[in-house]
Amino acid sequence: MLTVKNLRYDVADEELGQVDIIRDITMEVPDGQFVVITGPNGGGKSSLAKCIAGVYHPTGGRILFGEQDITDLSITERARLGISFAFQQPVRFKGIEVFDLLKLASGDKTLSVGAACQYLSEVGLCAKDYINREVDASLSGGELKRIEIATVLARKSRLSIFDEPEAGIDLWSFSNLIRAFEKIKSETNGSIVIISHQERILEIADRIVVIERGLVKAQGTKEEILPGLLGTDSAYPSCHMADQEGGAF
Amino acid sequence: MVYLDDKDIEQRILAEVADIHTTPTGAYNIRVNGKAQSRNSTANIQITSREDGSGININIKDGTRNETCCIPVVIAASGHKETVTNEFFIGEDCDVVIVAGCGIHNCGSQDSEHHGMHRFHVGKNSHVKYLERHYGETEHGTSGGNIMNPSTELFLEEGAHVEMETTQIRGIDSTRRSTSAEVKAGASIVIKERLLTNGTQFAESDLTARLIGEDSSANIISRSVATDNSRIKFVSNIVGAAPCSGHTECDAIIAGDAKVLAVPALDADHPDAALIHEAAIGKIAGEQLMKLETLGLTAEEAEAAIIDGFLK
Repeated sequence: MLTVKNLRYDVADEELGQVDIIRDITMEVPDGQFVVITGPNGGGKSSLAKCIAGVYHPTGGRILFGEQDITDLSITERARLGISFAFQQPVRFKGIEVFDLLKLASGDKTLSVGAACQYLSEVGLCAKDYINREVDASLSGGELKRIEIATVLARKSRLSIFDEPEAGIDLWSFSNLIRAFEKIKSETNGSIVIISHQERILEIADRIVVIERGLVKAQGTKEEILPGLLGTDSAYPSCHMADQEGGAF
Repeated sequence: MVYLDDKDIEQRILAEVADIHTTPTGAYNIRVNGKAQSRNSTANIQITSREDGSGININIKDGTRNETCCIPVVIAASGHKETVTNEFFIGEDCDVVIVAGCGIHNCGSQDSEHHGMHRFHVGKNSHVKYLERHYGETEHGTSGGNIMNPSTELFLEEGAHVEMETTQIRGIDSTRRSTSAEVKAGASIVIKERLLTNGTQFAESDLTARLIGEDSSANIISRSVATDNSRIKFVSNIVGAAPCSGHTECDAIIAGDAKVLAVPALDADHPDAALIHEAAIGKIAGEQLMKLETLGLTAEEAEAAIIDGFLK
């Protein structure tokens, strides 16, 4: 169980002074649940995810992972406790190959090519074409995104957080991504948190949390929350994405 | 001058610079503290001492394929200074691997220096892979510096292809490397350089490729990491004097108070010369460290993984 209690996160801005990104968020991610955090852009969703992973340091409130207070732990310490984080904009590395990254992610230096390929296949990549590719600018945004997700799968974490996994990828990749998440949901024992506006991702959630202006606007089961979101900025149909991408098929 | 007669050190350095763990197969010449310790020629690869005693000549017969020639140098001494000239005469239609490299174990307070000149004459349509690794170590509590100034000249005949890989990771206090290549019609050269400096080390590499024949090409790729207070200077120059293609790429990671100067130059002497250069110098990005930390690595482990990958 992940518990976020009265979380606050504000930053100092030269022009605006203190800006409250997260004003007061209290929420829970029960064990084994698939939780989607949604809400309008700029509402604090990604900042919340980064506070949980340790990338951002909250200015108030506490974060508990199980019984342990992890608010003051580093990214590394949280990762070692079993928290994984897939970045919205994955990082590129010159020289580091996909196989190297999967070995680092799994924590197993002797990870076999077969096991690494399995992770790539799960995110819809033809493993033999990618295993020895460098994680550099030669990869497209969609390829990089799926490799990022594969690194999280390889960690087999108690809690996996995905920050807008659909951002920056085309519709074709998005369909694969949905299939990958459906598979993760059916096979994993850990909890999953996804930051997303996408209706198809919301549809596979167990629970939905709506964040707006740094506050929890609503939270509950999918059945309780989703009907009220359809047609709003918190639940885009996938055709909306095609419009945004310029109809990128 | 202090010489060490320690077989363990010798073996360790041979393993570092040339991956030699037992007596090598094929043609080889192992030089230890200025003297030829062992040598072997084969039917196709003849190694002979130069008449002026300055080094060795390596003659490779036409049509020699799938053979290796290994010529490592070991200096297990403090205050040893040597200048060596090795010249390779590679026939036509060959396909060979040449492994060179120099390792210094400095056990005292004086500088040890190796100045090596390698000159390659690569015959028509021959393929050569040339690997050169430099390594240095200093005994604890001693202050002698390890200095290496390698110089390489390559002359590629028509249709020849050379792939040259040089690696120098730590241990060498001062390096001035000079590499030049003259590339004739249909010939190509790929040079990959890997360099890491730390402490107060200094390394300079100056590469020039002259593309003088139609459809000749050169690809120069340098990756370097400068840490602490070390300095690296990298100069690459591709001269296109014919319809040709050339590409030079210099990437450097800088850390601590290190300094890196990259000077890529292109000189098109022909209207159909297509030349490109790319250069980038920067610190390890915070996002890169953060990503690896989310995989459970500490900041130090993440930095090491990024550098290892970059220099691979």
